[in-house]
Amino acid sequence: MSSLSLRAVARAFDGEAVLRDVDLDVADGASLALLGPSGSGKSTLLRIVAGLEAPDRGRVLIGGDDVTSRPAHVRGVGLVFQDQALFPHLDVAGNVGFGLRMGGVARAERRSRVAEALELVGLPGYERRDPATLSGGEAQRVAIARALAPRPEVVLLDEPLAALDQLLRERLLVELRALFDELAVTVVAVTHDPTEAAALGDRIAVLLDGAIAQEGPADKVVGRPVSADIAGLVGQRNVVAGTVAAGGVDTPLGRLPLDPAARTGAVRVLVPPGALRAAPSGALAGTVRTLLFRGGTGFAVVEVAGHRLDVLAEPGWHVGDPVRLDVDPAGVLLLDP
Amino acid sequence: MTIRRALALLLAPALLLAACGDDDTATRRDDGPVTITLVTHDSFDVSDEVLAAFTEETGIEVRLLPSGDAGSMVNQAILTKGSPQGDVLFGLDNSLLSRALEEDLFVAYESPALDEVDPELILDPEHRVTPIDTGDVCLNYDKAGLEAAGLQPPTSLADLADPAYAGTLVVQDPSTSSPGLAYLLATVAEFGEDGWQDHWRALRANDVEVAAGWEEAYYGSFSGAAGSSGDRPIVVSYATSPPAEVIFAEEPLDEAPTGVVEGSCYRQIEFAGILAGTAHEDEARQLIDFLLSPTFQADIPLTMFVHPVIDVDLPEEFVEHGLRPEDPYLLDPDVVAEQRDEWIREWTEIVLR
Amino acid sequence: MGGRRDRLGTAAVLAVPAAFLGVFFAVPATTIVLTGLRPGGDWDLGAVGDVLGSASTRRVAWFTLWQAVVSTALTVAVALPAAWLVGRVRFPGRSVVLAALVVPFVLPTVVVGTAFLAVLGPDGPVAAVAGWVGVDLDLRRTATAVIVAHVFFNYAVVARTVGTAWLAVDPAAEEAARTLGADRWQAFRMVTLPRLRPAIAGAASIVFLFTFTSFGVVKILGGPRIATIEVEIHRLTTQLLDLRTAAVLSLLQVAAVVAALALHRRAGRPQGVGRLAAGRSALRRPRGRERLAVGLTLASAGLLLGGPIATLVWRSFDTASGPGLLHYRTLGTIGRGRALFVPPLEAVRNSLAFGAAAAVTALVVGGLAAVGLRRLGGRARGLADSTIMLPLGVSAVTVGFGFLVALDEPPLDLRTSPVLIPAAQAVIAIPFVVRSLLPALDAVPPRLTDAAAVLGASPRRAWWEVQARLLRRPALGALGFAYAIALGEFGATVFIARADAPTVPVAIFRSLSQPGALNVGQAMALSTILLVLTAGVVLVVDRIADARIGGF
Repeated sequence: MSSLSLRAVARAFDGEAVLRDVDLDVADGASLALLGPSGSGKSTLLRIVAGLEAPDRGRVLIGGDDVTSRPAHVRGVGLVFQDQALFPHLDVAGNVGFGLRMGGVARAERRSRVAEALELVGLPGYERRDPATLSGGEAQRVAIARALAPRPEVVLLDEPLAALDQLLRERLLVELRALFDELAVTVVAVTHDPTEAAALGDRIAVLLDGAIAQEGPADKVVGRPVSADIAGLVGQRNVVAGTVAAGGVDTPLGRLPLDPAARTGAVRVLVPPGALRAAPSGALAGTVRTLLFRGGTGFAVVEVAGHRLDVLAEPGWHVGDPVRLDVDPAGVLLLDP
Repeated sequence: MTIRRALALLLAPALLLAACGDDDTATRRDDGPVTITLVTHDSFDVSDEVLAAFTEETGIEVRLLPSGDAGSMVNQAILTKGSPQGDVLFGLDNSLLSRALEEDLFVAYESPALDEVDPELILDPEHRVTPIDTGDVCLNYDKAGLEAAGLQPPTSLADLADPAYAGTLVVQDPSTSSPGLAYLLATVAEFGEDGWQDHWRALRANDVEVAAGWEEAYYGSFSGAAGSSGDRPIVVSYATSPPAEVIFAEEPLDEAPTGVVEGSCYRQIEFAGILAGTAHEDEARQLIDFLLSPTFQADIPLTMFVHPVIDVDLPEEFVEHGLRPEDPYLLDPDVVAEQRDEWIREWTEIVLR
Repeated sequence: MGGRRDRLGTAAVLAVPAAFLGVFFAVPATTIVLTGLRPGGDWDLGAVGDVLGSASTRRVAWFTLWQAVVSTALTVAVALPAAWLVGRVRFPGRSVVLAALVVPFVLPTVVVGTAFLAVLGPDGPVAAVAGWVGVDLDLRRTATAVIVAHVFFNYAVVARTVGTAWLAVDPAAEEAARTLGADRWQAFRMVTLPRLRPAIAGAASIVFLFTFTSFGVVKILGGPRIATIEVEIHRLTTQLLDLRTAAVLSLLQVAAVVAALALHRRAGRPQGVGRLAAGRSALRRPRGRERLAVGLTLASAGLLLGGPIATLVWRSFDTASGPGLLHYRTLGTIGRGRALFVPPLEAVRNSLAFGAAAAVTALVVGGLAAVGLRRLGGRARGLADSTIMLPLGVSAVTVGFGFLVALDEPPLDLRTSPVLIPAAQAVIAIPFVVRSLLPALDAVPPRLTDAAAVLGASPRRAWWEVQARLLRRPALGALGFAYAIALGEFGATVFIARADAPTVPVAIFRSLSQPGALNVGQAMALSTILLVLTAGVVLVVDRIADARIGGF
């Protein structure tokens, strides 16, 4: 396993810059989730790392070696495609063993490694199956086994779970994470889904407008996004505009407490659900609009002064109830302009 | 079905037959006998024994190259002038003669056998071409058919324009058929260069049927041909067709079932020539000599149903049932060469379009 | 990755097809045209005006146009129900019927012409049926006969092209319309028909192309009075040696063909691979009145397509002394009054051998052309695509004669070379090979090559492992189709075949042009053999290729 680094990678299509000056580091054995909206260049970046495309500028380093000019077939990178891209004319064993065959591995060893890989992804005995007969989840797992079998230095995943339904996605998320941890592979997973990103990556890098807008441990990026755009991406919806005043910020919701502000004037703040608590004499008054339950925990959308806020629901809340909320000043985050 | 099996199925027949077929021994160039190519029209025919006799006598093998009807054969020769497709060309007739000579297709050769030939037939004093056989293109009529229709056999070309003969005649397209062309030339000879058009307008009004070639007209539309389901009792054919009917009849006949209109005949002379550019001029000359030899000349009446140019015995049926017109039509080859295409064009407009 | 290297690669790939088609198509064709327009070295461009202005040209051009339009319209109308069968109905023997539809298309025109002469002549079944109602009917040498024969030939083009497109239309859309109140016809007209329009237009333009340039059928069934441009070119070239008019007419024909091809391009390229066996969900067993429609369609198709073929086969067994194998038994010998100078069986051997060589050549050249075409983008590809289709439209006479005239000097004196016949047959087959392979190539997802690359396959290895593997079946299908086409090719071959090495179509033609019941019977027997061979090839191909044969 090796580390992966990108230095000042830039790429433009038809004059339009898709990636500008991307710098990224992934430590050996770590997993990074690359989060960004559709069209942000995530897939392009992945293809550049894999060697399927060349950057206009910049370098790609794997394990410290500059591989920018190396073609894809000698880079030692594994790639799992969004739609699996299994070879229809080969059976599962043929698919999984493909990379081993390209690498000149002898048939006997190939067979055992294929079995090993299939075991890893939970599909033992699937060798002779026809890819056309596999379910979505099975196909995805075969694709992963195929990418892992040659023991690549880096594994790249392009929206690995996008094609799967909700239940399957969650199950596979857990399995994949466990697998990657066990194998201690260096992983870069590209996704537009913050849940996936947080589950798959130790660290998250947010790709916006062709550059890395924020990078850090997953909980930090999700919990403390630095701009409104990133907040939107990571699923933090409670963004409010306001003006800095003494000891807080004046917003349509009322005066929100803010720890000593570094700026003045018009700003935007984020009030994560964790910073809102139900209190009988809370500063904010609102009405419960929606209630969702997940495994016993309730999430509510409360309308305060015309704004909808995500809030952790209290037991006993019903849709339409008037409620009062308190704001924890330490939780209010000032966002970059 | 697997791919391997499919491939096998597809290619097996070819491989199989290729394996068990004979090798093509047609041309062995360096060692072995020389082979020369005789370019002919599709109606050319010769008995195997006769050709074999030539090979035995001279050691030269003859390969035949049928090239469509006489007109297209000559045109092909013109187009490939200089790099000819064969060594000797046979089947050029007097209506195509001038054009072929103009294009310098041939190498002159005066065969010693020409001494036996009627000098009137030697249309080219420079001997670039050699006459090999003659024939007459005449109207043939079905005796029984005409009787059934209550008609007398026609005695001249003009008769056919008479409304009484409506729906009785089938001719061939002069642009694709040699007898067809000969018949057109006969009408030109009879009615003049300005009068033949009206005659053909009258024929068209008389519902003349036009066939593409001789076989189609004779065996397809002529009621007098054995085995034909045709319904037209008058056809443009050869003076030797009635003898042919007798010879090929299923049961012996005393009298020919068809007759010839003597006043309608156009004389055709067929020539052979050595193609310029041939690599085997010596062998070609030997072939020309052979074409004038009694062996070949005696064979042609019953193979091609034409008359020999030297004096050999004719088959009995020819003598009994055949007709040698005394004064057939014959136009000046130079005039024909000049006007032929224009006449055909006009004819097409008048009769077909 | 490198743009320049890519373009060099494209050029290299396209060089072979370009050279092949250049020598065996472009050079012969242009030579004849130039010979006509530049006699003695001086341009005679006034010829163009003269010829185009003459009444006879106008008449011939008009006839060619209207018979092509009528043939096309009639074929589309008659074959649409069959397209419905292909696209919507599950019935027993479906795969056999589908394959059988292609057989008429690959039959040589000589064979078909003769079969139709028998069917439409005074002794044939049509006249017999007409006789029952007191009508005296001899349809030989009429425009009607030509048009009916055209429908016979091109039925498969419409049925399979439109049918395949139909398969790809989700029946759910039509069903949704019906739940919203539309009856079946309205639903079809407003939902499905618009989706089918590109396929119908595409098929129609191809049928127009074929019928406009039709030769053998018109020659045999039309008789002397009926002439299309192609027949007229033949007459002018071979009979009158009027290369001037022939050249202008050739150019006129090419112009019309180019227009038809442009129309075809605009009508929309056929979508994807359109596997005839896939999309099972769209196929249903017929219910109630549908069964009647299915039966009628199958019966009429059987009559139209099977009738002439059955007549042909029957005539091959019809000897003077009743039904028997006489005509077949004598195929191995040369008899008295024979039309050929070699035993007819040798013609079969020649056809199989030449056909195999032609098919392999067509696959290689056509395959390279298809690969090269794919690498070209956008408009260049469309243009090159149409160029590849040109051999179908340019007069076979022009090309055949062109062989004689153009290829007559060393190092290219190929006139008597055995190479010429497979080359001519390959030229005709190549457009079909390209049209089969292009959709197959298009259907290979590029991701697969990427996946292979990332797994360690060098570009060449990736191509071999992925694309070549996926192309195996379509390639085999194209090979088989090319083989069938080569077996039946007549137009160009008749000019260049040697008398001692005829192919079966040439042998049939020569046999038919000589009198004698034995010759006719042998022609029928040879035709039947050829029919069985081509049908066999088509059936095998259909089974393994599971894709559009020849683009249909």
